[in-house]
Amino acid sequence: MGPVRQCRIGPNFLKAAARRRHLMSKVNEYHHAGLIGGQPEADDKTVVAKIRHTEEGFSTAWLVTPASIWLILFLVIPLVSIIVFSFWENTPQGLKPAFSLEFYGEYFYTEGFFDVEAKRFLLPSVFIRTLGSTIYFTLTTMVLCLIVGYPIAFFLAMQVQAFKFQLALFLLCMVPFWTSYLIRAVAWLPMLGRRGLINQALLGMGIVDKPVSFLFYSEFGYTMALVQIYVVLCIGPIFFSLAKIPKDILEAATDMGATPFQIFREIIGPMSMPGVAIGMIFIFVVIMGEFATAVVVYGGKTSTAGTVILNYYGIANYPFAAVNALMLMLAMVIGIVVILRIVDIRKEL
Amino acid sequence: MAARWTRERWRKLRVKTGFSIYYVIFLMFIYGPMFAMFVLSFQGRRGGTSFPMRGVSLYWWNKLLEPSTVGDMQGAMGRSIILALMVMVITAFFATMLAMAFRKKFWFSNVLFYTILTGLMVPGVLLSLGMAILMRQLGIPAAWYTSGLAVHVIWALPFSYLVMMAVFNRFDSRLEEAARDMGADEWTVFKEITLPLITPGVVAAGLFGFTLSYDEFARTTLLSGSYNTLPLDINASMTQRIRPTLFALGTASTLFSLLMISAFLGIYTILYRRSR
Repeated sequence: MGPVRQCRIGPNFLKAAARRRHLMSKVNEYHHAGLIGGQPEADDKTVVAKIRHTEEGFSTAWLVTPASIWLILFLVIPLVSIIVFSFWENTPQGLKPAFSLEFYGEYFYTEGFFDVEAKRFLLPSVFIRTLGSTIYFTLTTMVLCLIVGYPIAFFLAMQVQAFKFQLALFLLCMVPFWTSYLIRAVAWLPMLGRRGLINQALLGMGIVDKPVSFLFYSEFGYTMALVQIYVVLCIGPIFFSLAKIPKDILEAATDMGATPFQIFREIIGPMSMPGVAIGMIFIFVVIMGEFATAVVVYGGKTSTAGTVILNYYGIANYPFAAVNALMLMLAMVIGIVVILRIVDIRKEL
Repeated sequence: MAARWTRERWRKLRVKTGFSIYYVIFLMFIYGPMFAMFVLSFQGRRGGTSFPMRGVSLYWWNKLLEPSTVGDMQGAMGRSIILALMVMVITAFFATMLAMAFRKKFWFSNVLFYTILTGLMVPGVLLSLGMAILMRQLGIPAAWYTSGLAVHVIWALPFSYLVMMAVFNRFDSRLEEAARDMGADEWTVFKEITLPLITPGVVAAGLFGFTLSYDEFARTTLLSGSYNTLPLDINASMTQRIRPTLFALGTASTLFSLLMISAFLGIYTILYRRSR
């Protein structure tokens, strides 16, 4: 095998080029036929079985009703009520139905969002800035999770051959997802603190001569904890979309003399995009609503959109909490739409 | 004939080794802090929340068992387990029923699909807030076994539902057809054919529900009423001075989660083997 493989490009260059052109068109064909993530079409037998099946089985109405009622009562109505309550008035006797934009005004105008006399924009309100910093942390964490998590998913899907081994290593990564994130946040205390392990290691190696304080209760520690806690969320989807890439395409590309980098740029990268997008959406929605880790690891020195909501609930200013919640929801919807605009994930579902 | 060590093979081996080393470092990154917490929970009596260890003792673990150290720890754990069991049963039921319904097309199937997944996407704070204000307006008191249960099911259902969808994707409905052709009614078909085949899936769906509910914090914050669940209790104890007791609690809770996962995974594997 060895010698044949070694000389395959040299003398037969023209032949190889022709093959390459042919195979690249093949790759494109796969690409457009939606084989990325698309499922193999069912054979005729299955289709027949499915059609026959529509007349049989339990009645759909009975199967669907209990869960639907639960979803409407405890998911749809609470979310809609946030919108409604954000317009209500807060009186000492409790909430009063109204159509008031008072709290929206407070959200945008506090601390002179727009200075009428100077006719110019000043600093954004403290609430907008909090939302902004939440978005900033979320984006930073998303990028870091992608950088940290993608190679892991790549390793599992491409480098590990045996399926059993693949599954075991994958589960090993996923186990922390099933434990409490609160406790995982707490677990950073002995690592990052002033007398924590990292500081001790730095001191011991003589890199610094007194403990560094930027580790804990800081942006650095917060971001690191967020990455550690949530990186598993993007490994799963990326792993699944990488595992779906037909191996013969990669082999064909190698045979045509594509370098590993070319293979990644032309085939693996584009074909794993749906998984990346789903992973990013997961991390985005989870960290946007995050508040517990901020309190534990950041020591309450900062506020996220989530802590602001809880604070205003705590002082019984419900409509304002609702306005904050609504703005958070809006930011999230915009974020998801942007991600979906960049990557088409429908083929993956 | 032994394969020859060409340059290509060396390169591949180098790449693979590099990735393996990275994987090990990654595992250290995600497990390391938890492991440090685990070790520190055996801190000696006079030791603090960071290294070095001042002796090894079970002092902090004993403190955990004493009543009235940090709130009502045992009670909170009991409540969390009961709540998780209720969530497990309800989500397993709902997920199975929904997945069975989704084997056919029906007119609002798209809307329902996205509504179920919304439960996964909506941040806990928002759902908690919406429910809390609503219940306050209606004058219904919040409690972990009513409002807490309600939102925990919303959180766990999408996961269990996706598990069941995957189960039914691989389901061979010709087996049911055969039973029907032989004159079995719907209940008999379900009891004798469908249920035995999907049981591992149902167990897995329940597993998701249990662990997700047991560890859930954000969705319970405003909805637990006057009694805390375990994550709320842990959060409350963090506002006081942090002592190694918290590490002992964290270790205990993590071990319990892991125990549940391995138990369910074990059951799943056994049932899966049997069903084939």
